[in-house]
Amino acid sequence: MAEITLKDIIKEENLVYKRSKIMTNKTLSYCPGCGHGTAHQIIAHTIQDMGIQEQTIGVSPVGCSVLMYDFLDLDIQQAAHGRAPAVATAIKRLMPDKFVFTYQGDGDLAAIGTAETIHACNRGENITIVFINNGIYGMTGGQMAPTTLAGMPTSTSPYGRDTSMMGNPLKITELLAMLPGTYYVTRQAVHTPRAVRQTKKAIRKAFENQKLNRGVSFVEIVSNCNSGWKLPPVKANEWMVENMFPFYPLGDMKVDGELVNK
Amino acid sequence: MEKELRLMKGNEAVAEAAIRSGADAYFGYPITPQSEVLEHLMLEKPHERTGMVVLQAESEVSAINMVYGAAGCGRMVMTSSSSPGISLKQEGISYIAGAELPCLILNVVRGGPGLGTIQPAQSDYFQSTKGGGHGDYRLIVLAPASVQEMYDFVELGFNLAFKYRNPVMIQSDGIIGQMMEKLEIGPQKQRRSAEEIAKQCPWATVGKPENRERNIITSLDLVSARQEQHNHKLQAKYKEIQEKEVRYELINCDDAEYIIVSYGSSARLSMKAMDILRAKGVKVGILRLITLFPYPTKIIQELTPKVKGFLAVEMSCGQMVEDLRLAVEFKKPVEHFGRVGGMVPSPEEIVEALEQKIIGG
Repeated sequence: MAEITLKDIIKEENLVYKRSKIMTNKTLSYCPGCGHGTAHQIIAHTIQDMGIQEQTIGVSPVGCSVLMYDFLDLDIQQAAHGRAPAVATAIKRLMPDKFVFTYQGDGDLAAIGTAETIHACNRGENITIVFINNGIYGMTGGQMAPTTLAGMPTSTSPYGRDTSMMGNPLKITELLAMLPGTYYVTRQAVHTPRAVRQTKKAIRKAFENQKLNRGVSFVEIVSNCNSGWKLPPVKANEWMVENMFPFYPLGDMKVDGELVNK
Repeated sequence: MEKELRLMKGNEAVAEAAIRSGADAYFGYPITPQSEVLEHLMLEKPHERTGMVVLQAESEVSAINMVYGAAGCGRMVMTSSSSPGISLKQEGISYIAGAELPCLILNVVRGGPGLGTIQPAQSDYFQSTKGGGHGDYRLIVLAPASVQEMYDFVELGFNLAFKYRNPVMIQSDGIIGQMMEKLEIGPQKQRRSAEEIAKQCPWATVGKPENRERNIITSLDLVSARQEQHNHKLQAKYKEIQEKEVRYELINCDDAEYIIVSYGSSARLSMKAMDILRAKGVKVGILRLITLFPYPTKIIQELTPKVKGFLAVEMSCGQMVEDLRLAVEFKKPVEHFGRVGGMVPSPEEIVEALEQKIIGG
């Protein structure tokens, strides 16, 4: 049997994941092992697969993904902290035939932007919201987030989140699923190839739903923050599976406007 | 064509002007004394009349960020509020100025600080003309003194906003917003088509075609040297605005020995004071500011050697008077008179202030 060389392996048909044309050549500003890059790639592939680059406007948040406009080859507005759903509301209302999405972290979406998030969802704005939940403020250096788990140490809860003093972690996605304005609400992850495939399906559905004009499609991605959690990437993913997933269980909460019974 | 005349409140005139000038969107939140803007828009069904989007937001914060989103798509968009609500909008206004987006903001000023009062005031001059939010930026600020000007300044404001890619504020007050006057309204203008918008605003985020670079709306640049360049570019724009867009009205200033500098409803009250003083033989004129930024420094410097003194009349504890003092450069007496907290000065009080502070002083 002839020896298999690299040349034999590097073939189009052997590709599992290919860099999307919607991704720019700019080097990602994210830490090695961070889920943001994978989430970006999924969105880029979805837009490419649907052929909607020219019809898509993105809204980036404040936080680690503030520079999303450097990485996705799309028309993008960068919103003030927490205000992305308000910005997206206006874009979609003025251009209802376009695909409009926001990309937000937990501090942005579930703390400072709670009002904008809830009211955009309650009005049933016909937009897609991608919510990255890693339970920490990454960009500012690992402070406590609204989704920080009970007992979890951060730089502003150095002895662990004491819920009697600092409040409880907020399951905002469950809350949003209860609103009549949300049409599709799901919680996914990007830490394994299987999870990536599942998330890709969810993001595709969340974008396709905009054609139906039925309300918000909301995709939470539970992700890691190696730097903020002070763990190497593999360990961080293990910690996420052991600690984050039990509190933030993966799966659909609302599909086609109907709550999913579990 | 016969003139179309109406009897309207100042706030209603702004709403009607927005529809007729072909505005694409309005986002607002109720607050006294300006709620009639949103109410009139909802009553008039602009969605049916022109396709204009009108939405009541969950807060002033949200409303101004909706303005950001719409403006970023090259749309003609406005919001309105009153002083406490404008304070809430300042974050968004700073982002809009930084991202160089055109939009129109109406402030129907009420007394402060804090929740203050719902009665009229002019105590927001500083936040209107000195930036208002964080960072070095300026708004173009128009000060209407009649319901007609409330109407007219909407289209003027939009034109200036798009000309300079800069937020424009109409700084009105509770009197002008609430009072009814006869006004002449203009014909309905067509809203621009998507193609016209894309041509007029090649920077707008309307979806990236293959044959152009992506458009990005942001105020962020983490490279300090570039952010400094951006600041210099903004300052050059504000300088151009100061050179080209100063607007004011001179009333009886040719032979004037004393000049009242005022704007908005204070200028209306000062007119009566001027009549009383002229009847007594005191040669008084009025410089009525139409733009608060840019400030009419040049005309003040021309008037300074010809007069004996200036009196700034404004419903504040003395805000606009600071710019007047800077323009006069202490070459002539400059005094201030104002009532605050929602109290409105009477013409007699203005007469007394001029007699005691300038003529007697």
